[in-house]
Amino acid sequence: MAAPVLAVHELSKRYGRQEALAGVDLEVEPGQLVGLLGPNGAGKSTLTKIACGLVRPSGGRVEVLGRPAGSPPARAALGYLAELFRFPGWCTAEELLRFHQRLVGSEGGAAERRELLELVDLGAAAGKRIEAMSKGMQQRLGVAQALIGSPRLLLLDEPTSALDPVGRRIVRELLEELRRREVAVLLNSHLLSEVELICDHVAIISGGRLVKAGTPAGLAGPGAVEVETATGVRTFEGAGREDAPRIVAELVAAGERVYRVEVRHSSLEDVYLDAVGGQTG
Amino acid sequence: MSGGQLRSAAAVVGLSVREGIRRRVFLAVLILTAGFLALYGLGAHFAFRDVNEFAAGEPKILDAHAFTGATIFGMAMFATLFLGAVLAVFLTLGVVRGDAESGLLQPIVVRPIGRTTMLLARFAGAALLSAAYVVVVYLAAYAITEATGSWSPDHLLGPALSLALGVAIIAALSLLASTVLSVAAQGIVIFMVFGAGLIAGLLAQIGNAIDSESLHDIGRAASWALPFEGLYSAGLHALISGTSGLTGVVLQLGPFGGSEAAGPELIAWSFAYLCGVLALAAFVFSRRDL
Repeated sequence: MAAPVLAVHELSKRYGRQEALAGVDLEVEPGQLVGLLGPNGAGKSTLTKIACGLVRPSGGRVEVLGRPAGSPPARAALGYLAELFRFPGWCTAEELLRFHQRLVGSEGGAAERRELLELVDLGAAAGKRIEAMSKGMQQRLGVAQALIGSPRLLLLDEPTSALDPVGRRIVRELLEELRRREVAVLLNSHLLSEVELICDHVAIISGGRLVKAGTPAGLAGPGAVEVETATGVRTFEGAGREDAPRIVAELVAAGERVYRVEVRHSSLEDVYLDAVGGQTG
Repeated sequence: MSGGQLRSAAAVVGLSVREGIRRRVFLAVLILTAGFLALYGLGAHFAFRDVNEFAAGEPKILDAHAFTGATIFGMAMFATLFLGAVLAVFLTLGVVRGDAESGLLQPIVVRPIGRTTMLLARFAGAALLSAAYVVVVYLAAYAITEATGSWSPDHLLGPALSLALGVAIIAALSLLASTVLSVAAQGIVIFMVFGAGLIAGLLAQIGNAIDSESLHDIGRAASWALPFEGLYSAGLHALISGTSGLTGVVLQLGPFGGSEAAGPELIAWSFAYLCGVLALAAFVFSRRDL
């Protein structure tokens, strides 16, 4: 098994008396797309900021490709897009990417800039001033900026919050392309359907603690089998698809007339609500 | 500093310069400076003309021409320092806390450049521009004084370098303030510090005029605590350091009173002060959560 791109061990962070993170463990493998879920104030952004060296941890450790988070080699290996970000309004998309190429030491030149702008559907806006762009365009430009220098790890904090459905689809396709390129992604998002759709792994944080982690399918698990009979609708909680023939056979054997059978899965939303206990920030 | 960090630092300096140009800061500064120099030229022309008429035929106890040249050029030097300070503060406004709050800083700081290099690059950009600005305005004022009154200071380059180092110190202080203060508070605090320096100079001037050792000492201590004032004062002194007799005495009663020569101690202290302020700014920035 390859060494994790991001390794978080017993991570804690306090802001004065407030405990933002309380012993979180998390690993992101190469090419893995991990969704980080949790209510507002759960500690998701704090974890991301510690991973890219913006915030100092109070305890525990974070490593990027085996190097301490915040060290120059660790910073060189990652790309980051903050939830709240701003780029100089006076410069163009092309100028911004060129500036970040110089910061990273990328030798990709014009070809890299063109490829990234086209990847986020901003190929025609290369010469456009950032202040003249919509928030959605700026967010897609932010994703392109984070990809400068071909990072091994991408940390995205709510990258689709300002995007319309088309913009979201562009970012989703981009993330799938990154998975093919073996780029690891840690995605902070409130959009459960999006996370369920594209992430290989999901981690749910609540109150600064990791409360649930696993694959979306594994977390969702079996839900219930719902059967409509002459006497009404009966629900068999915890039963899955493989249980359905047996349940129908038993009902028929018992003299019931079966009109409809439906296998229900618990959604990630159900799992999330169960994990955070209805908490909101 | 590695080659990569140097390249990154050059990129940040370049961004600061382009930002100033693209946001039309320089256009505004150029227009205002042109206005100042035009007014100065007009004032110098009439001052020299009137003094020459007034002093014609009088016995030459006081060199009115030298007195006029030194006084108006000293005032031009003050205006140059003020304009340079405004530029230095503007170029460093909100560089740390302000940019962090607006989200401008984070995309840069997560890059391998590192916080200290980033901070030093922002300082270098602001200090170089401000220093170049004061030197150019100072030399332009000199050219105007020379053209309108054929008067030259006793030393030309020393005061220019004093002004340049003075605005670099103001830029460093402003950068330090930006690590802890909001944009508005940073601007207010730095202009208050600048004002305190000027008052220190004024105290030394009054102390000199009324021969009060205590006032002179207070002014002198404050000038060392805020060395941009000490450097300005040293620059003023260098303008007339070769002027003697009654003219020299009368000049000491005016804006040149209390000015002192920049010994090697003041220059060494100014550089040490500058390094200390930058080191403190880097330390505070390195411990700040963004």
